[in-house]
Amino acid sequence: MAIHSPSDRIWWNKPIEKMELIWIGIAFCWGLFMFCAMIWWHIYGEQNLSNETYKTTPELFESRTEAMVEAYTVREEGDTGIPVVHPPAGSDVYLLARRWEFYPILELDMGQSYRIHMSSTDWQHGFSLQPTNINLQIHPGYEMVLTITPDSSGVFNIVCNEFCGIGHHQMLGRIHVVE
Amino acid sequence: MANQAQFRTCPETGLKVDLAAEKLIKVNAVVAVVFLAVGGLFGLLVALTRWPAVHILPDSWFYLALTAHGADVLLFWIIFFEMAMLYFCSAILLNSRLAAPKLAWGAFWLMIAGAVMANVAVLQGNSSVMFTSYVPMQAAPHFYLGLILFAVGILVGLCCFFGTLVIAKDEKTYEGSVPLVTFGAITAAIIAVFTVACGAIILIPTFLWSVGLIPTIDPLIYKIVWWGFGHASQQINVAVHVSIWYAIAAMTFGAKPLSEKVSRTAFLMYILFLQLASAHHLLVEPGVSSEWKIFNTSYAMYLAVVGSMVHGMTIPGAIEAAQRKRGLTNGIWEWLRKAPWSNPAFAGMFMSLVMFGFLGGISGVILGTEQLNIIMHNTVYVPGHFHATVVAGTTLTFMAFTYPVINLIFRKEIIWPKVAQYQPYVFGLGVMGISVFMMGAGTLGVARRHWDITFADATLSFEYPPMAIMLMGLNGLAAILAAAGGLMYVSVVIASIWKGKPREVVAVSEPTPEAEALTSYGSAGTLHLPGTAILVGIFFLSFVLYYFINWKYLATVWPLS
Ligand code: HEM
Ligand SMILES: [Cu+2]
Ligand SMILES: [Cu+2]
Repeated sequence: MAIHSPSDRIWWNKPIEKMELIWIGIAFCWGLFMFCAMIWWHIYGEQNLSNETYKTTPELFESRTEAMVEAYTVREEGDTGIPVVHPPAGSDVYLLARRWEFYPILELDMGQSYRIHMSSTDWQHGFSLQPTNINLQIHPGYEMVLTITPDSSGVFNIVCNEFCGIGHHQMLGRIHVVE
Repeated sequence: MANQAQFRTCPETGLKVDLAAEKLIKVNAVVAVVFLAVGGLFGLLVALTRWPAVHILPDSWFYLALTAHGADVLLFWIIFFEMAMLYFCSAILLNSRLAAPKLAWGAFWLMIAGAVMANVAVLQGNSSVMFTSYVPMQAAPHFYLGLILFAVGILVGLCCFFGTLVIAKDEKTYEGSVPLVTFGAITAAIIAVFTVACGAIILIPTFLWSVGLIPTIDPLIYKIVWWGFGHASQQINVAVHVSIWYAIAAMTFGAKPLSEKVSRTAFLMYILFLQLASAHHLLVEPGVSSEWKIFNTSYAMYLAVVGSMVHGMTIPGAIEAAQRKRGLTNGIWEWLRKAPWSNPAFAGMFMSLVMFGFLGGISGVILGTEQLNIIMHNTVYVPGHFHATVVAGTTLTFMAFTYPVINLIFRKEIIWPKVAQYQPYVFGLGVMGISVFMMGAGTLGVARRHWDITFADATLSFEYPPMAIMLMGLNGLAAILAAAGGLMYVSVVIASIWKGKPREVVAVSEPTPEAEALTSYGSAGTLHLPGTAILVGIFFLSFVLYYFINWKYLATVWPLS
């Protein structure tokens, strides 16, 4: 029994049941397959992270974001007048996460690609774009760059899904995708 | 030295029981149950708050309760119980005396001091940082100090465990190899050393940072090392609860592992392929490359997953084989139908096995796939997944094992057998509910650790799909069921220990002869286990199907590169 020492002292050279061997084979092949699937998706799949990251500082990232906001703001939205920015297709877009907002609101063209830069100026935040359901982690001090291509239009909201203090549940951002 | 230890002989198993070890097992187990009660209550409050129609706690209390819940159940309940298990698997199962009982008491008190200190810090309200305490968010210094003391206590306890193994070997208290269950415990303890080391490496600087001696801590490095601790400790849980599955199978059926070699190798895989376990918590993080992520979540072939899949077959296989030897050979399922479903140890163990595999295992592999993580990271899918592993898996198993422990170690009868009999079902069903409903809501995008998913007082407005809100409501209902099961457990355990009838000495049961007949391994061809084959077949099909469904879902998301 499993709670007693094996009654056969030489247990290690006993043959293995066929059924166990088959199952081990299946499990092992499946493991290999799942490993290859991740690599395969990097080559043929459309949803991959870029791995492009830079070290940054809150000041630097804030100033880049402000420069973009100044250049491309088209209107304001919400009670607090959050700027809505419509950057040119293909351009570098900055999205800043801080307690407790995503700044600014973005307006993107459907089907166009943008290089989105994301960072936080204080704690960690979560970027959870709904309803398309893209979830990324945002760190202070690191600038993550990602090319996104919105392929559906409408209003998308960014929910913060990393706990970031008492205002966490009020932290929302927005992306408009227009045709 | 050796003759100082006092023993009694267990009238039921014939094992020599070191009284010092027995006492330590008792105190660790009782303290564990107390933390489960406290942490479980917080869990219920959290779940009721996340039910939008009920929304019971105010925001600051919610985050406080969530921090306390995570720490009390994941760390304190589980690890105190595991200390009890380690002493059991070493001293008791090996007929040995415990190495340095005084040191083991020191470990116990250190762990208590640490756990209480961390709880005090959380309840004071300025350490609602979640049990993960990601920097640069900062808790009070005594929060980190409490965790450090707790970790030191674990380390001391581990030394006693390893020392006992050495003594048992020297004093030849057992013959041949250690039992499989002890072997599993040894793998758990080895992983625990690695775990505690990671915990120390990250928590000590964080503590120094919280008192102002270190200027900053890099948030990414913190996460990599913290999860070396946080994830590796889940590997300990798996190794321990799988050992208990083997133990319960052995105690209930006299079941022998189909092959010692296979089962032991599967345990070894947990050590060898203990992934740089942080990787799968960092799949959508900036600053770590895809190569690093892919390699470290899988080591190119997912061998730790293979290890679990092997246990998932050999345990039901061992039970089926034992039952068939006993003559329950009608059809495919008689062995399972006529299993002792009214014995809470078996019922809890078997439900745990099924839910851990089907719900926890499959969802875990999917979460841990680099790109699939994009559609799940930090949604309530994540707590849905780990309530299937650490609650339906580990907690339910520990609960199941408590019943024989009350009989054999506390020498008490279960005071309310009916309550004990239904307890695993009530708790199991409730936990299945919270896992499935949270996974469902997470698939629809609902954020984890979130006080108000209706965003009533946010400047912008947003609504999750009505289905998601409904699932969080169902989650609340399931939580009530789970809490009821938890309450049944805590009360029947405490009452039995405190007021239960002393156990009558049951006739000495020699290891059952039928069980001995099962000794013949490798009788390939003589053992037909159609039930187990069908079970693992269904498991594998569900796994493959659900895996591909998730890739399909991912393909509908905006292109990213
Ligand atoms: C009555 C039983 C339980 C109920 C109703 C329950 C419910 C919940 C809920 C609703 C959450 C919050 C999810 C979120 O908002 O992110 C949660 C988090 C959690 N639960 Fe439980 N739970 C129970 C038992 C347990 C047990 C026994 C364990 C561990 C052994 C556990 C471990 C955790 C952990 C680690 C978290 C994450 C905390 C965090 O995000 O920091 N739970 N639980
Ligand atoms: Cu945030
Ligand atoms: Cu947040």
